[in-house]
Amino acid sequence: MFSETAKKELEEIRLKYPNARAALLPALYLAQREFGWLSPEAYEAVSSLLGVPKAITRGVGTFYAMYKHKPMGRNIVQLCTNVSCMILGAERLVDFLKIKYGLEPGGTSPDGQFSLVIMECIGACGTAPAMLVNDDFYENLTEKYIEEILEKYK
Amino acid sequence: MEKILLKNIENPNSADIAEYMKTGGYQSLPKALGMQPKEIIEEVKKAGLRGRGGAGFPVAMKWTFASADPKFPKYLLCNADEGEPGTFKDRPILEKNPHLLIEGMTISGFALRAEYGYIYLRGEYPAAKDILNKAIAQAYEKGFLGDNVAGKGFKFHLAVHQGAGAYICGEETALIESLEGDKGQPRIKPPFPVNVGAFAKPTVVNNVETLSNLPYLIGTGGEAYAKIGSPECPGPKIYCVSGHVEKPGVYELPMGTNLKDIIYSHCGGIKGGKKLKAVIPGGISTPILPPDKIDCAMDFVNMPKHGSMLGSGAVIVMDESVCLVKVCYRALKFFEHESCGKCTPCREGTGWLRKVLGRIENGQGMESDIDLLQSIAGNMLGKTFCPLGDGAASVVQNFIKHFRPEFEAHIKNKACSTG
Ligand SMILES: Cc1cc2nc3c(=O)[nH]c(=O)nc-3n(C[C@H](O)[C@H](O)[C@H](O)COP(=O)(O)O)c2cc1C
Ligand code: SF4
Repeated sequence: MFSETAKKELEEIRLKYPNARAALLPALYLAQREFGWLSPEAYEAVSSLLGVPKAITRGVGTFYAMYKHKPMGRNIVQLCTNVSCMILGAERLVDFLKIKYGLEPGGTSPDGQFSLVIMECIGACGTAPAMLVNDDFYENLTEKYIEEILEKYK
Repeated sequence: MEKILLKNIENPNSADIAEYMKTGGYQSLPKALGMQPKEIIEEVKKAGLRGRGGAGFPVAMKWTFASADPKFPKYLLCNADEGEPGTFKDRPILEKNPHLLIEGMTISGFALRAEYGYIYLRGEYPAAKDILNKAIAQAYEKGFLGDNVAGKGFKFHLAVHQGAGAYICGEETALIESLEGDKGQPRIKPPFPVNVGAFAKPTVVNNVETLSNLPYLIGTGGEAYAKIGSPECPGPKIYCVSGHVEKPGVYELPMGTNLKDIIYSHCGGIKGGKKLKAVIPGGISTPILPPDKIDCAMDFVNMPKHGSMLGSGAVIVMDESVCLVKVCYRALKFFEHESCGKCTPCREGTGWLRKVLGRIENGQGMESDIDLLQSIAGNMLGKTFCPLGDGAASVVQNFIKHFRPEFEAHIKNKACSTG
């Protein structure tokens, strides 16, 4: 179930839209925060709070890349490998994460600290290669810089 | 040129309403509210403002259509999905100059007699979300948003709607679907959003950069505005340059600045003095250009004459070390991933193109593969439901058109010559 705070938040969000259905994307974000990922229970909760059938909440949720459908590590490393990042060495960084942290694209490190998600363009092309860790941008990445960054999240 | 869109962004507090007002912010809004909505659209027409989201559609024309529709309420949607690879021009406005966008949207809302606005913000910009929400709260507090904007009896409400990682939601009808709580799959047109858009009401979708032009445009007047940039395509333009240049970044310059000047004067030339190999001038979907074709004015009208498009103004510069087969392969991986699956030519075609490109890149290409790529691309072009599929096909066609020998060498040598 949603916590009381989350329920209140959803009620406020609902007021921004002319109908409850339009609050579905933000509701899924809230559910993801509450449950850690969009588990069957998370969909159940969203469906009952918005009065939208589960076939729809799940159908919509699975369309979007940023909704997670399996449990994730404590921190999500979102590394861009699109063209501007690729030509400045992003692939080497993917290899580095594999060797140094046991992080495979789409996977979680053995200690559960980090999950790695390969991103399409994240809008940091002028400071490529770049990644987001959770909600924070890190740009002009090198192997050494990645080590420093991830140390902070341990 | 004085900075209009990126004004004051070096100031660490530029996103704060007090700082924005100190440098002339929210002065165009009362002026606009003293005009008739029709007069504002007339100024926008005189200014010759074209949409900055990629297509360059004349803004006044779109607004006139939406205004003429008798249905109310009307909606104004700001497209902040910025997903075209290579593009990072809206982000500095969203993060550093949010009040410019809010003032621009409120002026536009008044011109359209729209009561509600949404900023459709891509999920990958979490910082921008907080900054925008804070700025919107400040604007409400000062009375620049709400039931009685600036005490002039105009009602305009604004909220952020966060996307969740789908490039196709940048397409305006997919964006509307996503705002309404659905999968981001494009709608058939007509009806156009100006008549049947968000919540089945007349809706205008404009890009962040487009709407951010309004405060200056109204402040200075359409005629004076039209003197900036190229005559057919006036105004300031944010070019965002990435890849192998000495100084990548965002550059606000007059629309129509020469691509060569952008790369060699503004960005300091090719990094490390290497040789230029290719330029993608307007985001990954726009046709790639070889070095001898980059002497061209970067605007919506001129670029098609030079075999490409302005697109989002995202210039990707590649030096001699880059393997273009690999870049093309990576681009098609992107399109395959982002295809919404609604129509067969794009859903299947992007996957097939990616597969064939992948085997060429991995040294397993066959001699017939170039023809096969051409044939797949030819069968997609003009047959897809929305421009994403066309874009994917034309990327492959243009890479082959300009760099065929590189594809052939890959197939023949079963390896890459750039290493
Ligand atoms: C696949 C696809 C992706 C698009 N992505 C964006 C985008 O991220 N941002 C944007 O402003 N326009 C994007 N557009 C263009 C929009 O459909 C629309 O033309 C634009 O938002 C209109 O605003 P403007 O007239 O101010 O440019 C995209 C179009 C397509 C076909
Ligand atoms: S062209 Fe591609 S993205 Fe567009 S509607 Fe068809 S499948 Fe969807």
